[in-house]
Amino acid sequence: MVKPMIVYILLLPLIAAVFTGLLCKKVSNYFAQIFNSSLLAISALLSLFVFHDIVIVGKVLQIDLFNWIDLGNFTIKWSIYADSLTAIMLVVVTIISSIVHVYSIGYMHDDPNVPKFMAYLSLFTFFMLMLITSNNLVQLFFGWEGVGLCSYLLIGFWYQKQSACDAAVKAFVVNRVGDIFFAIGILSIFFMFDSVAFDYIFKNAAIYKDHYMSIMGMRFHTLDFVCILLFIGCMGKSAQIGLHTWLPDAMEGPTPVSALIHAATMVTAGVFLVARCSPLFEYAPFALNMITVIGAITCVFAATIAMVQNDIKKIIAYSTCSQLGYMFFACGVSAYPAAIFHLFTHAFFKALLFLGAGSVIHALSGEQDINKMGGLWKKIPFTYAMMWIGSLALCGIWPFAGYYSKDAIIEAAYASGSEVGEYAFSMGVFAACCTAFYSIRLLILVFHGTSKVSAKLSKHIHEPSLTMIIPLALLSLGAVFSGIIGDNLFHILSPSLEFWHNSITILAQPNILEKIHHLTLSVKITPLIFGISGMILAYVFYITNPKLPKLITTRLQWLYVILYNKYYIDELYDVLIVHNLKRCANYLANITEVKVIDGLGPNGFASVVSKMSGYFSKIQNGYLYNYALVMVLGFVIFLTWYVLIFA
Amino acid sequence: MQFLTNDVSSISLIHFLFLGAIVFTIGVCGIVINRKNIIVILLSIELILLAVNINMVAFSVYLGDLVGQIFSIFILTVAAAEAAIGLAILVVYFRNRGSIEVEHINNMHG
Repeated sequence: MVKPMIVYILLLPLIAAVFTGLLCKKVSNYFAQIFNSSLLAISALLSLFVFHDIVIVGKVLQIDLFNWIDLGNFTIKWSIYADSLTAIMLVVVTIISSIVHVYSIGYMHDDPNVPKFMAYLSLFTFFMLMLITSNNLVQLFFGWEGVGLCSYLLIGFWYQKQSACDAAVKAFVVNRVGDIFFAIGILSIFFMFDSVAFDYIFKNAAIYKDHYMSIMGMRFHTLDFVCILLFIGCMGKSAQIGLHTWLPDAMEGPTPVSALIHAATMVTAGVFLVARCSPLFEYAPFALNMITVIGAITCVFAATIAMVQNDIKKIIAYSTCSQLGYMFFACGVSAYPAAIFHLFTHAFFKALLFLGAGSVIHALSGEQDINKMGGLWKKIPFTYAMMWIGSLALCGIWPFAGYYSKDAIIEAAYASGSEVGEYAFSMGVFAACCTAFYSIRLLILVFHGTSKVSAKLSKHIHEPSLTMIIPLALLSLGAVFSGIIGDNLFHILSPSLEFWHNSITILAQPNILEKIHHLTLSVKITPLIFGISGMILAYVFYITNPKLPKLITTRLQWLYVILYNKYYIDELYDVLIVHNLKRCANYLANITEVKVIDGLGPNGFASVVSKMSGYFSKIQNGYLYNYALVMVLGFVIFLTWYVLIFA
Repeated sequence: MQFLTNDVSSISLIHFLFLGAIVFTIGVCGIVINRKNIIVILLSIELILLAVNINMVAFSVYLGDLVGQIFSIFILTVAAAEAAIGLAILVVYFRNRGSIEVEHINNMHG
């Protein structure tokens, strides 16, 4: 029963995408909205059943559909594989996706390309499902690239806007950087194991436990090398520091896209990959330490930027970046369950925040600057409540979802006992304070204080339609209860890993989740205290003493400028890479291409031929007597030669 | 026939060959240098053929072999036919173009 179900989970989004996509000029907006949303909703319901069968009953599904690539010993089957890790991702992806589909009905109602938008969303869902249900790295890579493509299409959905097109290209190109490393990682895994199938790789990972290889005279631990390559791929997709620049720009896309792709699902693919490959990463201690450090840096880095940004979507985007950092350093200290748990809860509350922000933007007819908002809470109380729920969940306040998952991550970092773990712990706690600060700052500036909305706009402020309210309400349920349910009902974080049914490997004994349980209360409440202090700080800054922010920005102007300009990473890349690359490309295009390749190649040959034929055509002047003369002369020369040779 | 072989001081084979060569050269020059009309070209071709005939007949007498003279008769026939066809083409050409100036016949130039 479950087998056909999971096939339908994958198939329904594909059908929706292909049907509406190919007929996007023919079908009506109304049809596309209802058709795609209902297929996705069915898919979401089915995934709940599958989740039950896999997680509660404890089955593992493996359906081989057909051979995809068959080259000697390089065989790749197209298959659907589902264990607990897949099941929880299935639930997240299909539920958030169907909710976003419904939300888009309201949000995009006056867009001229509704069917196309719906088709892209469904196509994205299909690729994401492909990514999480694959049982080998190559099929995963297919899904990985597919979601990248859909991300590109959806960021650039409003293609009339130059900034949207630029952002789409940027997202695509930055992801390519990570993907190259990922692809090299897959190749090296095939080189090592002669297989790309997960079960085979994981079974044999221990063989390479103490294996070293040398590249250009340097010795590397083989698995460290491979895992770092895979992780760089994850950094691109999951916007970790260095390859994060595309994520804030991706907010040029429509808000439902930001909620679905750039907060809840696609960007978490990197975390999923690390968790999926946990048997590999467990044997690569250096790679794990690197993940921890990068994750920890990213979570503070992005959170500090978010504190001073003014664009409502950019704040939430940096917040996503920061939360992904949390997930990664959880993976780095081997707390994969905590990372996936945070992925699960984060998907709900971050989608809620984005859709809430979308609702605010919708109410203000497209205004995104929080300095031009204020005092909205009386006019859109429902959205206000939703944003509060989302923010509290993000800050990790009990009993909202974020409390369970984020605390678990921070505790795990402390419990790991290693130096990088302690580093990650302190960074995590600090980031928790920043998170609370920017969340409350956003709420206060948008919903409280005096209204800075122009009189013309403020007349139009209204609560959104029902198709936008219901998704918000559903997500708020997730943001409130997903943590409690996950922790108490499914025991995602239980040390015996009963939820995971061998889909996640943790080598250390006792494992990190065991250690969390023995932490002292003071460690356990540290993140909460820091979170609340961050909130109080924001309250002091923006309610009780509104002059304080101004004072601090003038006193610490250098800090403010650095943060406001996002640590100048974009500018740095422009100077170091983009500028030089452009010069190089211009040189190649104008000099090498035009002068060398074209000049000596096709154009050169063509000009030689036309010149020569010009000369030869002069001989052929059409006068009979010249031909006769040539004939006679030729005859004479020939005869002379003949006589000289043979006489 | 006697005078050809016996009386060396009078006209010999070499004289006939010279005559042939001169006529041939005149023919060739007629074709190459002539820039006026096609009839002169046709005449020149006839001259070339006659030069060949003179050589044929001269060698035939010198070698005492009649085949050469028979061939010269054939060549005369062919030359007549050729002249007839050439003139016919000329007439048609004149009807089409209204001119038989060689200068104007350069439609085939590159």
